[in-house]
Amino acid sequence: MNIVVCMKQVPASSDVKVDEKYGTLIRDGIDTKTNPYDLHALECALKIKEKLSSSKNQIKVTVLTMGPAKASEMVYDAYAMGADDAVILSDAKFAGSDVLATSYTLSQGIKIIKDYDLIICGKQTTDGDTAQIGPAIAEHLNIPHVAWVNEVVDVDEKSIKVRQDLGSLTQVSAMSYPCLITVDNSLNVPRLPSYKLKRETAGSPIRIVPFDELPDKDLSRFGSIGSPTSVEKMFPPEVKGEKTVLTGSPKEKAESLTAILKDKKIIEV
Amino acid sequence: MSFPYKKIDNTDIEYIKSCLNDGKCFVGDEIPNEYYHDEMPEYGVFKPDIYVEPLNATEVSKIMKYANEKNIPLTARGAGTGLAGGATCKYGGIMLSLMRMNKIIEVDEENLSMTVEPGALLLDVAKEAMEHGLFYPPDPGEKTASIGGTVITNAGGMRAVRYGLTRDYVRAIEAVLPNGNIVNFSSNVVKNTTGLDVKDLIIGSEGILCIVTKLVLKLIPKPNVSHSLLVPFDNLEHCIKTVPKILASSVVPTAIEFIEEELLEICERTLGKVFPDRSGSAYLIVMIDGSSKQAVESDCDIVAEICLNAGALDVLVCDTEERIGSVWSVRGAVLEGMKADTTSEEECDVVVPRNKIAEYVLAAKEIAKQHRVRIITVGHAGDGNIHTEILRDDLTDEEWKVTTDAVLKALYAKSKEMGGQLSGEHGVGNGRLKYLKDFVGEEMYDVYKNIKLAFDQNLVLNPGKVIEF
Repeated sequence: MNIVVCMKQVPASSDVKVDEKYGTLIRDGIDTKTNPYDLHALECALKIKEKLSSSKNQIKVTVLTMGPAKASEMVYDAYAMGADDAVILSDAKFAGSDVLATSYTLSQGIKIIKDYDLIICGKQTTDGDTAQIGPAIAEHLNIPHVAWVNEVVDVDEKSIKVRQDLGSLTQVSAMSYPCLITVDNSLNVPRLPSYKLKRETAGSPIRIVPFDELPDKDLSRFGSIGSPTSVEKMFPPEVKGEKTVLTGSPKEKAESLTAILKDKKIIEV
Repeated sequence: MSFPYKKIDNTDIEYIKSCLNDGKCFVGDEIPNEYYHDEMPEYGVFKPDIYVEPLNATEVSKIMKYANEKNIPLTARGAGTGLAGGATCKYGGIMLSLMRMNKIIEVDEENLSMTVEPGALLLDVAKEAMEHGLFYPPDPGEKTASIGGTVITNAGGMRAVRYGLTRDYVRAIEAVLPNGNIVNFSSNVVKNTTGLDVKDLIIGSEGILCIVTKLVLKLIPKPNVSHSLLVPFDNLEHCIKTVPKILASSVVPTAIEFIEEELLEICERTLGKVFPDRSGSAYLIVMIDGSSKQAVESDCDIVAEICLNAGALDVLVCDTEERIGSVWSVRGAVLEGMKADTTSEEECDVVVPRNKIAEYVLAAKEIAKQHRVRIITVGHAGDGNIHTEILRDDLTDEEWKVTTDAVLKALYAKSKEMGGQLSGEHGVGNGRLKYLKDFVGEEMYDVYKNIKLAFDQNLVLNPGKVIEF
């Protein structure tokens, strides 16, 4: 069984400069980390591997990412968590990709990972925040998908049953492989990278795949040419440091808190 | 003078009210219950007769002077987050809250210092320092403590291994003496051999000598990077025995904590807090700070190799905010987890020499077995301060009283035998009062009494705490 986990490097802090002219983040020279949601995706894959691995069923977890060579840092981190293999889609032709081009490029990368069964993505990234890449990959591959998964109800060699939180309701869906899920951070607590595994996997091979090795050679689907989105403006989120201090007796404080929560429609009384 | 104290009457109330310009004042039943105790109601619930919130040192001085003259007991209080039953009105009288004297007066970037009023919260002080690119290192678990409270109790916390205690970050103190005089202990200087070092006597005096009204705190440059290592071991002994090896290396860790599997299970069950690893039966958590990522990673590698050579099952790396949070948020919630898992608890806060930690912990478990009570140890492996929690579970009132007393006596005896102390960071207050004399001995106890009398002849300031006459 093959599980593919899509991952991305994001800025390590939200204090990032923005190139307002091109509507992109200035990523050069800043410290990066793995998109936190993607670590939940990798943890989900590793848990499934631990559950289903047997002599008859070898399970391989492959990390897939699109990015510069620096993405290898993230891949080694994933190896130290227990990932088995990695593919980095890296080519200047991918630069400037929007959601459509990125998801298409990743779907092409998945096609070259043969016999994939389950694709797991984080629900969103902390830099782009669109939460569209996962479902878009599945659409390009024409496979079923469920987004915002917060529980794996059941999983075996042929299919997976997951629960998703849709705000006003939760839905349980069962899908046969191949299929794709995107996971919420409430699904699990990601394991930490192991120093022992880091030592063992230092220098392990990573497959770097350029544009030429992808099945589709139609340049108009990749990079900025394949990206119909234009960003009007980009700015860091405003930091809101609002603080309300309730005073009075415990009873008065509880009453004012209840009133605030009621006012914000967080509770109904 | 002193005991029996004068019972507050209407004349006193009127006078005290007249000392306050705009400050809040509650009398009798108006006083909310939360002011009857601190975070450990087990160490005493006492109703003040009057509760006041002065706004400056002059108001504090007037009220203190009056209390002293009229023989009315007075207890100063910060945020009430203490764990020793220290800031309570054991003999009634006046509770003087410093929480409205909460201004951060100045950050002096040239002298690397901050001047604050005692009611400012620790978290606000730390944040203010950060905003100036500076760092206030003392890190007791309770971040909503008042800064004055942390100074008057010499609060410790996890970062003591690298940075030391609250004591190490106090340059000067302005205080009101029991006679109402306002005095300054030291000033904003780095060294001082002028006269007796009374400032350091005030720090940790638990509010029995004077009332702090202003503080000058020392700040240091902010470390830019902090990583943590989570190190699982197959047993507690291997886990604790690794600590001296780390401390003897070239790396100075910021914190070294230990936590056992049983407590992780409790936190998961009672609070739903899932730890990122459950492979070990005991864990070390090692925090490493530094000026650059490269320097911190290199220090982490050194510590990781030491741990693996000492028999660690693995070393897990927390190098992002989320990963660090996944470990420390559980460590930070253990007290809450234990509280949720039992009916009541008693905390023993001994500190032992660092090479005796394993021996102490094993002895504590043995003592628990003898007395058929559940004991959980957790704490600061890097400085020898072991919080030994005794859980009540289904013991009756009488059984609980007898058992805790016997267990505490046994634990204190063990600590003393090993060259340790009765309390590492929570203080004596009311909760450990009855054990202090035996622990320090008659002669030392007399020294304490004489010091108290030098400040407070009438025994009106926070009476019945730390020492008894």
